[in-house]
Amino acid sequence: MRTVAVVGASLAGLSAARSLRKQGYDGRLVVIGDELHRPYDRPPLSKEFLAGTLGEADLSLETDDEDLRAEWLLGARAAGLDRTERAVRLADGREVRADGIVIATGAAARTLPGSEGLAGVHTLRTLDDARALRDELARGGRLVVIGGGFIGAEVASTAYALGLDVTVVEAAPTPLAGPLGARMGDIVSALHVDHGVRLLCGVGVKGLSGERRVDAVLLEDGRSIPGDIVVVGVGARPCVEWLEGSGVELDNGVKCGADGRTSLAGVVAVGDCASWYDPRAGAHRRVEHWTGARERPDAAIATLLAGGAVEPGVPRPPYFWSDQYGVKIQFAGHAAAADSVTIEAGAADDRDVLAVYRRAGVPVAVLGMNQPRLFTRWRKQLAAAGS
Amino acid sequence: MMIPACRLADLPRGEAHRLDTDPPVSVFHTDDGELFAIDDTCTHQDASLADGWLEGCEVECPLHASKFDLRTGAVDSPPAKLPVRTHEVVVEDGVIHVRVSADAPNLPPCVAARLAGGSA
Repeated sequence: MRTVAVVGASLAGLSAARSLRKQGYDGRLVVIGDELHRPYDRPPLSKEFLAGTLGEADLSLETDDEDLRAEWLLGARAAGLDRTERAVRLADGREVRADGIVIATGAAARTLPGSEGLAGVHTLRTLDDARALRDELARGGRLVVIGGGFIGAEVASTAYALGLDVTVVEAAPTPLAGPLGARMGDIVSALHVDHGVRLLCGVGVKGLSGERRVDAVLLEDGRSIPGDIVVVGVGARPCVEWLEGSGVELDNGVKCGADGRTSLAGVVAVGDCASWYDPRAGAHRRVEHWTGARERPDAAIATLLAGGAVEPGVPRPPYFWSDQYGVKIQFAGHAAAADSVTIEAGAADDRDVLAVYRRAGVPVAVLGMNQPRLFTRWRKQLAAAGS
Repeated sequence: MMIPACRLADLPRGEAHRLDTDPPVSVFHTDDGELFAIDDTCTHQDASLADGWLEGCEVECPLHASKFDLRTGAVDSPPAKLPVRTHEVVVEDGVIHVRVSADAPNLPPCVAARLAGGSA
């Protein structure tokens, strides 16, 4: 293998580039990124960066003395993959030929139809998004967050701390019921109400009102929620359009084996765009978690360099964290697999619980709120149970 | 400065003991029976490494994914970028002592600011 192209220059792409060098790949390495920025860390964008306590330099994922001997093509959007020429075509007409290709193009924030061109409406995915939102929040006012998921909740929490008047609108009856289950979703989303942030659940959004600038969010039940700033946090879609017709099999992202291999030899996929086979769940799962983008490239690169001749290890259960209203929230495993949830330490009323999800008595997931030590123990136990 | 930590008999393998020094230091007893002391605070964000995931000679921060080498203090991957200080461990009469390094610690921005403000 003489040239490897990594398409995507965020955490998953950088981790892949690092894995290549760490695993002894000595050839040409091209990293293609559609943003102009060098790899940066996204979790602080909805928290410390938005709050102004971390600056852009703090977000950098690379260390000062790091040299991956990579060619960086930044501001270059991948537009196609040519399987016969083994080349990545870029939107500007350039082409990068490579023997090995790592797909790490991530996901893009879903938007609200009809909100284009309306000032004051934001999504939060990139550094540029975060800069724009930070500047608006600094002016204060009324914020309406559409979507009570983790991004929405973190933005609400940060904006509340900045002194804004905040309302969160969630279409589902319980926020976070998908990732956490209804009971724990209730407990975690109660943090909003504890702090005087309004939480409206079980009602969809019909649209936005305003001429050039948003002035309200219109709900399906006829209510109108006044807002000077609106953040749309309704999930993300994998950035895989550029792979249409390439021969890379797509199904809610790039369909991958348990080691990141795709349907094309010499092509692996990592990060938010990749739907890996999860042997624990017996299904493909697209996991939009920081930890997966950090850890899975090691396995995918081993597969790429060995031509697919390595046995995939069992990955650790999915893990993510969130910080809201000063509470550290941690979760590992799959809540959907559980038939019971019990609080093993702490109390729901104190918002400091350690909850264990079980299926037929066997732990399948664990949630911690301000319980890092106990959480780590349970997370280790989950990993040991599955290997 | 030599600080008594705890009795060796009171620190089982696979466990860590945190000292309330400023900044805090933790002693780790590995599954192989070795003892190491490092700064307890992750260099990325305010988290106690004593609460972390100990495996071999590495400890993973309990919040995010960075691992620190207990022997050298080196960090393996983001989000942390700087190493933690390592400290010498001495066992005398069954008691673990830590000789705290004279080097400047690498503390995360929020903790460094708090210490600088003198309100720790």
